[in-house]
Amino acid sequence: MSIITKYCIIRDNRIVINGELDYQADLTLPFIEFIKGAYRHYKFNYLKFFKMDELCKLAYLGSEMLLKNDNFLDCYPSNEIGVILSNCASSLDIDIKHQKTISDKDNYFPSPAVFVYTLPNIMIGEICIRHKINGENAMFVSERFDPDQLWQYAEMLFSSAKVSAVISGWVDVMYDSYAAFLYIMEKDNLPEQRQSQIINKSYICNSSQHLSELYNRHF
Amino acid sequence: MNKVFIGTDNIITSLGFSTQENIGNILDNVTGIRLHSDPNLSRNPFFASIVDDMLLAVHFDGILNHFYPGKKPDDFTRLEQLLLLSAYDALSKSPVPADNKATLFILSSTKGNVDLLADTKKQLKNPNKLFLWDTARFLSRSFNNPNKPLVVSNACISGLLAIIYAARLIQHGKYENVIVCGGDIITEFVASGFQSFQSLENGACKPFDAARNGLSLGEGCGTIILTSKEEYASTPKIEFIAGASANDANHISGPSRTAEGLFLAIQSALTESGLTTGQIGYISAHGTATPFNDEMEARALNRTNMQDVPVNSFKGYFGHTLGAAGVIESILTIHSLQSGKLFKTYGFETPGDIEKINVIDEHTSSNINFGMKLASGFGGCNAAAIFAKK
Repeated sequence: MSIITKYCIIRDNRIVINGELDYQADLTLPFIEFIKGAYRHYKFNYLKFFKMDELCKLAYLGSEMLLKNDNFLDCYPSNEIGVILSNCASSLDIDIKHQKTISDKDNYFPSPAVFVYTLPNIMIGEICIRHKINGENAMFVSERFDPDQLWQYAEMLFSSAKVSAVISGWVDVMYDSYAAFLYIMEKDNLPEQRQSQIINKSYICNSSQHLSELYNRHF
Repeated sequence: MNKVFIGTDNIITSLGFSTQENIGNILDNVTGIRLHSDPNLSRNPFFASIVDDMLLAVHFDGILNHFYPGKKPDDFTRLEQLLLLSAYDALSKSPVPADNKATLFILSSTKGNVDLLADTKKQLKNPNKLFLWDTARFLSRSFNNPNKPLVVSNACISGLLAIIYAARLIQHGKYENVIVCGGDIITEFVASGFQSFQSLENGACKPFDAARNGLSLGEGCGTIILTSKEEYASTPKIEFIAGASANDANHISGPSRTAEGLFLAIQSALTESGLTTGQIGYISAHGTATPFNDEMEARALNRTNMQDVPVNSFKGYFGHTLGAAGVIESILTIHSLQSGKLFKTYGFETPGDIEKINVIDEHTSSNINFGMKLASGFGGCNAAAIFAKK
């Protein structure tokens, strides 16, 4: 069996961890101001953040929220953690920016610094680099969050012993609208030092049905 | 766990509209990479492998009425046309029922209909076409498939990862058949990006060659059918036996110097298969012909003690087909297992500057039982899969 031990929601300029509000900013702030404000609020120190496109900034922030003050990364070898993400708009937000650099023949300035982000799985790469995670990767695109697909994929990885835990969820950015729902999913026979951290809070979800309910409660 | 057999397939590239046509040209040492000077694709002429417009129109005209009577070719994007042709060809040779609950479609693509970003008129006509899930839905609906199609968009490992995903779904009994379609087109969007990276070869790319200096972009589609039903398998029967992905955790646009991710993916696939490296008879590398990629792959093969296994790259024939590459090149790997023909690495002449590996430099015959397909991509992603002859 598998369980979700922690989750984080970032939307409407609010950050919610395990159901509790952790940070909020004025709703009128544009996304880019909100996310930079959150970065400063938590005193993160990761200069690459400022080079990232919006999608990667959101994924980065979500993964920091899950992993800060948490022993998750210490409990598993780096190649036993997978990162499985999904979204609706792929990298369309930055795609449109790259297209703008080439649409005017008299003002033609395609840039590697923009182009490199025009793939949705770059955010998985950014999370793996930041947290030294080497396990399975997958980036799926679906019109809406699909709890059954993500749950099933992680369970298949667990049962074929590919990984023991995943960081998974939904990270989507498109035209000023954005949403992230990230969670840690682990096999329920947790490593011992992991149990000690989880035990009082118990797990949050143990089925895709639960995951779906959790998502619907917040979205 | 269910076994996973390989069914029928299709490849569309500049070298042809069927797998057989592509293999025929490969055996004749033909490359589809040539200089293109279409101002809609690039400000400066560039080398790429692009499907001929006229041939595409003729082929698509041949199936349009079957699927969409009354519609015009212009109602479909270039990628939709290629995908429909590819899936139709594979399915028309297969007993697998496309319109059945036991059958699933998976699309692999990096950029989908990204050409629409440059065409506001077409974009406004149907804005959903900008989304990959819409392309997948178009495909599955064309064949009256009742299931929600899935999309893998994981840079240059997309196609191979989609095959691994399909196999896992069959192994775990979620579906009996999965139809994996991979496709990407050549656009100014992609060409300008790779040009800005200065990673395009001035000519046809030269995988693993000492003088290699970049990749060649390729346009293409591939369809491969995976099935748990042995009676649906193509003959000689080939099984998918293992697959894995892993991340370098090193850099978003450059491969790891230590080949960490590819090393881990190969190890994971080997462990799952129960094979030793000595049993792998052939490796189809990613072999993009960029200086760093090929060096990294040679490192991975040496780290896994597979430096003597015959290895090739198909990129010199039809370029790097991005989200389709893993599908197209897996199909060719499977045909090598079936026929015992190993294809030479077009563009490779002089070894050097990378760790020693056994690059196939002439078409050869060899009775192999196990073949491995590799892929690596931006975001530090890597994948490996193993196919077996029964």
